[in-house]
Amino acid sequence: MGTIYIDGKPYDADPKQDLLVACLSRGFNLPYFCWHPALGSVGACRQCAVKHFKDEKDTKGKIVMACMTPAKEETRISIDDPEAVAFRAAIVEGMMLNHPHDCPVCDVGGECHLQDMTVMTGHDYRRTRFKKRTFRNQYLGPFLSHEMNRCIQCYRCVRFYREYAGGHDFNVFSISNTVYFGRYEDGVLENEFTGNLVEVCPTGVFTDATLRRHYTRKWDLRMAPSICGHCGAGCNTTIGERYGLLRRVLTRFNSEVNGYFLCDRGRYGYEFVNSEHRIRTARLDGQSISTDEAERKLKSLVSGGKAIGIGSPRASLEANFALRRLVGKDRFFAGVDDNQWRMITTMLEILRAGPARSPSLHDIELSDAVLILGEDVTNSAPRMGLSLRQSVRQQGFAIAQKLKIPLWMDDAVREAAQDAKSPLFIAAPGATRLDDVATTTYRAAPVDVARLGFAVAHEIDPAAPEVSNLAEEMRDLARIIANALKSAKRPLVISGLSCRSDAVIQSAANVAKALCDGGRPSALSFVAPECNSFGLALMDPKPLSEAFRMAEDGDAETLIILENDLYRRVPPKGVDGFLQSARHVVVLDHLTNDTTEKAELLLPAGTLAESDGTLVSSEGRAQRFFSVFAQQDEVRESWRWLGDPAWTTLDELLAAMAEALPRLAPAVQAAPSSKFRMAGAKIPREPIRFSGLTSITANISVVEPKPPDDPDSALAYSMEGTSDQPPGALQPFFWSPGWNSIQAVNKFQAGIGGALRGGDPGVRLFQPTQRGVYFATIPAAFARRDAEWLVVPMEHIFGSEELTLSAPAIAELVPAPCLAVSVEDAARLQASAGQEVEIELNGARFRLPLKVQPELPPGIAGLVAGLPPARGAALPAWCRILKTV
Amino acid sequence: MTLEKPLTKDIPQDGRGLDLEGYQRADGYQALRKALRNMTPQKVQEEVKDSGLRGRGGAGFSTGTKWSFTPMGADAPRPKYVIANADEMEPGTFKDRYLMEGNPHGLIEGMILAGYANQSDVAYIFVRGEYKLSQERLARALAEAYSAGYLGKKILDSDYSLEMYLHVSAGRYMCGEETGLLNALEGKRANPRAKPPFPPVSGLFGKPTIVNNVETLANVPHIINHGAAWFQSLSRTKDAGTKLYGASGKVKRPGLWELPMGSTMREVVEDHAGGMLDGLRFRGALPGGASTDFLTEQHLDVPLDFTEVQKVGSRLGTGTMVVLDDQTCPVGMTRNLIHFFAQESCGWCTPCWSGLNWAEQILDALEDGGGKPGDMEKLEFQTKFWDPSHTFCALAPGAAEPLQSALKYFHEDFERHITEKGCPFRS
Repeated sequence: MGTIYIDGKPYDADPKQDLLVACLSRGFNLPYFCWHPALGSVGACRQCAVKHFKDEKDTKGKIVMACMTPAKEETRISIDDPEAVAFRAAIVEGMMLNHPHDCPVCDVGGECHLQDMTVMTGHDYRRTRFKKRTFRNQYLGPFLSHEMNRCIQCYRCVRFYREYAGGHDFNVFSISNTVYFGRYEDGVLENEFTGNLVEVCPTGVFTDATLRRHYTRKWDLRMAPSICGHCGAGCNTTIGERYGLLRRVLTRFNSEVNGYFLCDRGRYGYEFVNSEHRIRTARLDGQSISTDEAERKLKSLVSGGKAIGIGSPRASLEANFALRRLVGKDRFFAGVDDNQWRMITTMLEILRAGPARSPSLHDIELSDAVLILGEDVTNSAPRMGLSLRQSVRQQGFAIAQKLKIPLWMDDAVREAAQDAKSPLFIAAPGATRLDDVATTTYRAAPVDVARLGFAVAHEIDPAAPEVSNLAEEMRDLARIIANALKSAKRPLVISGLSCRSDAVIQSAANVAKALCDGGRPSALSFVAPECNSFGLALMDPKPLSEAFRMAEDGDAETLIILENDLYRRVPPKGVDGFLQSARHVVVLDHLTNDTTEKAELLLPAGTLAESDGTLVSSEGRAQRFFSVFAQQDEVRESWRWLGDPAWTTLDELLAAMAEALPRLAPAVQAAPSSKFRMAGAKIPREPIRFSGLTSITANISVVEPKPPDDPDSALAYSMEGTSDQPPGALQPFFWSPGWNSIQAVNKFQAGIGGALRGGDPGVRLFQPTQRGVYFATIPAAFARRDAEWLVVPMEHIFGSEELTLSAPAIAELVPAPCLAVSVEDAARLQASAGQEVEIELNGARFRLPLKVQPELPPGIAGLVAGLPPARGAALPAWCRILKTV
Repeated sequence: MTLEKPLTKDIPQDGRGLDLEGYQRADGYQALRKALRNMTPQKVQEEVKDSGLRGRGGAGFSTGTKWSFTPMGADAPRPKYVIANADEMEPGTFKDRYLMEGNPHGLIEGMILAGYANQSDVAYIFVRGEYKLSQERLARALAEAYSAGYLGKKILDSDYSLEMYLHVSAGRYMCGEETGLLNALEGKRANPRAKPPFPPVSGLFGKPTIVNNVETLANVPHIINHGAAWFQSLSRTKDAGTKLYGASGKVKRPGLWELPMGSTMREVVEDHAGGMLDGLRFRGALPGGASTDFLTEQHLDVPLDFTEVQKVGSRLGTGTMVVLDDQTCPVGMTRNLIHFFAQESCGWCTPCWSGLNWAEQILDALEDGGGKPGDMEKLEFQTKFWDPSHTFCALAPGAAEPLQSALKYFHEDFERHITEKGCPFRS
């Protein structure tokens, strides 16, 4: 820390930062556009101008751009200098020459950074009488609306899309004041992170096309802190509701997890909450019944003590614990197939034992050498993929540092770095969305991916088991990878479930252990397939097959299935038998599905947006989410349906959980309890400008209702309460005087880009404590078969996750089911892309079109995970291709 | 006294370019031989620094000083680059074309010497797309230089190697800006880059790079051949060497002349360009291309060098002047210039892309009879808005120069456009 002088007063400043960050970090309102805390400085917009003085004696000074000037010790600047003030107003005036005055009909009106900055600079009078330039807008797909006339040419969108997110089909065109940001022609944007443009754009060029269909101003949204439930990354979100509809999802900043960004599945998946397929009332044999009747029925069905419970990796800790408590811990089962179950448990055990630590997404970004075994991370945990894309910049940062280029100077750093990238090795059955930044890709069958992993471990540490019959080129590759990982300061190994292979997981553990044992503190990340896979695993459920056996043996009179479509988990025959063998089937879920169809008693379960609860991410971070809906219809949190009547609030459930499962005890601290108050009051979910309070239910009664009670959290369904900053886990929205856009987050951070004041939300449930042991079962190399193909599941950001399939915008982008094979195999089959084939898989026959994927190794075929025919199928499995049609 | 015109003395007057044979007959490549045999790279750098050679692209930065920023020695990042900025697109400027068409080897030898002095590995001639003849002659000259052993591996059996390429610009004014040129050469948008880091530290593809103007480089062989003192003696003032001066506009003989640095505008206009066309009076001139302030009659005897022109509020720029006569509308001329700058703004920084277009709209209104009171103040305001400390590169500050000086010297003409609701020169 050094000292800089702002308008004559001394302030602490980090000389490694730029002056804009220094000023904002000290709470000054200095306007900006092109700078973004995650994108760095490029000096385009010239908005953050300040007066810079050479020394104490210099009274004249010179205008500089704060974002392009280092906060060197003894720097003297003035923000209030009249010339600087006038210049900043002139910049906004320049932007406003062409910006349409359409704020009342613009989707970001009221939360627009350009509006905020315009007010901040004081520009308020239009001095030009000439026509504005106009553009033709583009169709960019179901996620974004495009309105180029509003563009102020800050270049943030293209920098985010191309440089940060690695997209190719979006660019900047033309020059002068007709610079155009878009695609070369209309079409769906290809990148997985396009929705961030809504937040990255300082005005309304890119707006949320799903919000537009049920538009609400920010100030009219009731908002709550939530956690994304659509993969295991655990991204923090802000969700907004009005009139009983979930309206949108925004990023909730968490410096350790998702930072400023979300993936499109996480941002646009929310619309399933509003789906017409929602279960909104309890049903008995298909007939709606009252909540009271449903409760009585449930009680009678479990009273005999012969109920068993099927837990869910997409339900909260609380929901799973309530079920476990209800049926007893020995009658509580994992709601996934046994293979997956075993693998998740193995991953968890490895992480809990050590020696490698599971990294946060922020840690991943800082890794300087990465080995990915068997995962297409951008599809299986998309936001983690975005962090990995940043990690390869470490090498470039080192080059820039050598040239004394400050790291915040983004264009200069990228220029100096050129194509230099830190090592990133990807071994997977097919192409992955990070291949473009990979040092080397190795495409092979799961067993060969594992063999490579084991070989790398052995190269690092000869004490690690050796791979027999290892091909020479594979040994060479293993050596290269081993050397790269060994010479890194912060190496990282990533694996997961995508290959459905124990060996792949074990090989990753060996690599991480080999590194740690050699004194290199490697991180090890396992991609948890669902939002609470690890949370469920921490409850020690029994394998699903045992539940099947119990039911078959007549020991399970009543099945209680929690938020889980078993037809997605195991082949239909098995589920059919299981459901038939029990006398009563109780299902709790959000959307109708094949399992809910079979329910005798169907209970409407609140989604994450309608519930309070806790999820455990891939990192092992327990994070609390809060309901944004006051109770509506008969929809209730699953834990309230199932919970002990003695638990009147969430706090009591959490206390019971901590007592029953001490390893989950830290999860209680994921957020302050319901008793927490600030200035004697709860934290309001509604902004102070929330309108229509007296009219919102006036069609029902003109009497203004009392705000709904919320016994479970320290949040209130109200606009009344303190405006002070709550603890991060309870932050319902980011808003600060003069900062109406999402960029208000600046005002809530201890330092710009850093942790929220008071710390980022979430608590880690485990830290490695032991040295671990090497896994020694190394599979034989893949042997392709003559007339059979090994089918592996291929994760897809849109399609592989269950709930988001019911979000209309996402549904548009779900790929058509197909069987992917290599070029060589397509030739062998004498079939071309698009041609229909008939396959036999696990005894069943399917017809689907062929897709030729050059990256696939011969002998391997791919099916999109989560979609038929992969849905519910036990994979990997050998399939026969019977004929081409 | 042929030595007084080192740059142009050997250029055939019949329009043919000087080929290798002709160039060698005129002592071509002797400087290169001398440098490779008898001089260390540092010595070449020093000689150029001592000569006082200043950049002829317009900015007038000391060439030797620029070179001294190049990291040298075994630890220096590689490859290092040397680039000739031959993207001559400054309105009213045509001096580099004359050199490239007339004596392409002069440029090439200068570049090899610059390359040797900075221990560069690769050289590019970045030439304007419209300069077809220059491209043809440079391409031929490059082939000749390669086959004669002046380029490629182990030049003239020394330890120095240099590969040189001709790169034809896709064509935008911004491609001639030093760092915009580097981006263009990398296949990116020709936006300027922030400085620091300067190109000698992180230039083309992030590697140490020297970018010099054609005329600058063409001087180098002569400096090496004849020495720094000789080069200084060519000038009439403190700024060394000769200068290619040009004149366009309504003069009798528009053209280009190599004269001692510090020659006056009067000499150029009256002696060399033959004075104004009959019936016209000299009213002013942009001394060094479109992005320099107007000078007027009172400045006719100012020595045209980097230092002296600056003292009277303008810049030497490229040294090729655009002359304004008394029957051409200065507002129309300024509008034409601002139209060019507005069109060529890369669209990166706000003062430039927004301000230039606004200024153009106001000037259009003035010319078309829609001028209003207050317009001149707005133009005045814009010229200050385009201050070099406000903008990202020198394009908008350059555009400010003709506009601010026109407002100063031709104030009445602007006012008449408003009061008479249109251009008084057109009626």
